Amino acid sequence: MIITKPKPVVEIFEFTEKFDKLMIVGCGGCASVCSAGGEKEVEKLSRELQKLYEEHNKTVVITTSVVVRQCDHKYLEEIDAQVKKADAIVSLGCGVGVQFLAERYNDKLVLPGLNTLSAGGTVQPGVWEERCGLCGKCMLHQTGGVCPVTRCAKSIQNGPCGGSQNGKCEIDPNIPCAWHLIYERLLVAGRLDLMMKYRPPKDWSKDRVRSFQNNKE
Amino acid sequence: MLKSGSKLERALKEGKFVITVEIGPPKHASADGIIKQAETLKDYVDAANITDNQSAIVRMSSIAAGVHLYNAGLEPVIQMTCRDRNRIAMQSDLLGAYSLGIKNVLCLSGDHQKFGNHPQAKGVYDIDSIQLIDMVRSMRDKKEFQCGEKILKNEPRFFIGAVANPFADPFEYRVLRLEKKINAGADFIQTQCIFDMNRFERFMQMVRQRGLHKRAYILAGVNPLKSVRAAEFMKKKVAGMIVPDEVIDRIRKAQNQKKEGIRLCIEQIKHLRQIEGIAGIHIMAIAWEEVVPEIVEKSGIR
Repeated sequence: MIITKPKPVVEIFEFTEKFDKLMIVGCGGCASVCSAGGEKEVEKLSRELQKLYEEHNKTVVITTSVVVRQCDHKYLEEIDAQVKKADAIVSLGCGVGVQFLAERYNDKLVLPGLNTLSAGGTVQPGVWEERCGLCGKCMLHQTGGVCPVTRCAKSIQNGPCGGSQNGKCEIDPNIPCAWHLIYERLLVAGRLDLMMKYRPPKDWSKDRVRSFQNNKE
Repeated sequence: MLKSGSKLERALKEGKFVITVEIGPPKHASADGIIKQAETLKDYVDAANITDNQSAIVRMSSIAAGVHLYNAGLEPVIQMTCRDRNRIAMQSDLLGAYSLGIKNVLCLSGDHQKFGNHPQAKGVYDIDSIQLIDMVRSMRDKKEFQCGEKILKNEPRFFIGAVANPFADPFEYRVLRLEKKINAGADFIQTQCIFDMNRFERFMQMVRQRGLHKRAYILAGVNPLKSVRAAEFMKKKVAGMIVPDEVIDRIRKAQNQKKEGIRLCIEQIKHLRQIEGIAGIHIMAIAWEEVVPEIVEKSGIR
């Protein structure tokens, strides 16, 4: 899923304070799963913004809604009428959600309430980690299922570099060296030959492909 | 036949035990300091590495500094990292450097930008150090750019260097990684600073078992310790470095830490010279280059 994190409320207030009719739109997809854009977070942001407006002697009307997914127009139809009554929308979706709202409601300003961090998963309750760099040319079969594009600080294709020590990355003693993990997995799998295999420069033109259709040539 | 015709390549080919040093370019726009260093060092060493924004701190470019050294009569080895340039900029710089008389290049990944004075910079890492080695070799031997397009004339003919760190992990893989670099086209190798001699001996034993010392010239890296503080810094702060406690203790207990650091370095060089497969020494006297002549003289190499 796409990992998101709420922006500080004061930062959101800085760009909403010019408006007095706001609508906060949550997203029932990834943003909800990583506790950034679900019903609870939408209501929390509404209360906190209300408080900030009051502290600045300003009035505001805030309405809220959580759609199934912001990244699909079919789920946005249900809020069309509600959006009309607002001057600005705060999206608690990822960058994709913000843009789908902005494209649909092009006479309104849509403000991002979240920062979009990565494509990752839940490693333990409340902790999410990046796992995929969306490089468009998956090489996980060569690397024991560990992604060097995201998990190596230098995205090295032929690692580990000289900064790997005691299984940790040079940039942070808490971050495992991806290539050390790859080495250990390939060792167990009896595939150290893959460590010796030279991988040529990566084709970054496949990185984050702009648009595509599955099941079509 | 020589691949590049650099003085360093010729010396190694002739079987001379070579000495290279490392020079860090200035954090300003005057070359006066490095030109002076070149004049002090040129009779003692075969070539000098010019670091490429080491520790990710902005400095004069390695190619520009290399040209100043070249003009001052000291053969440069320009270092090129993968951190700041993509394959287009790297190949362009390689053409430019060669046109200016530079014939040796050392290929490395580079210290992560996090360590430097611009930690918010975007790291490039379009290609990695092994791919860089392969790219420089392809330009020379296949007369091809990385994309496969032919270089129709005047291909850059570099003597290609790579680094090896016997002190990084996983240890058993370090020799294999060295082999991968040699397979990609490394002609010479400079190692990380050696303080843990036992580990280095084990590393060299594996190197000889695989015959790698016959396929590339291996220069052993040394660093004269200026103080116990410098030793502790190396141990704690430099990525992928091992400094044994007995080394730190020896410097700490010395009456004159600088002299002890020089003495230790000379002992290390004499020891390294006896190890089969070592073709020379690479001295990294970080911001203490003035001691290099004394070290070279007293270690009996020249």
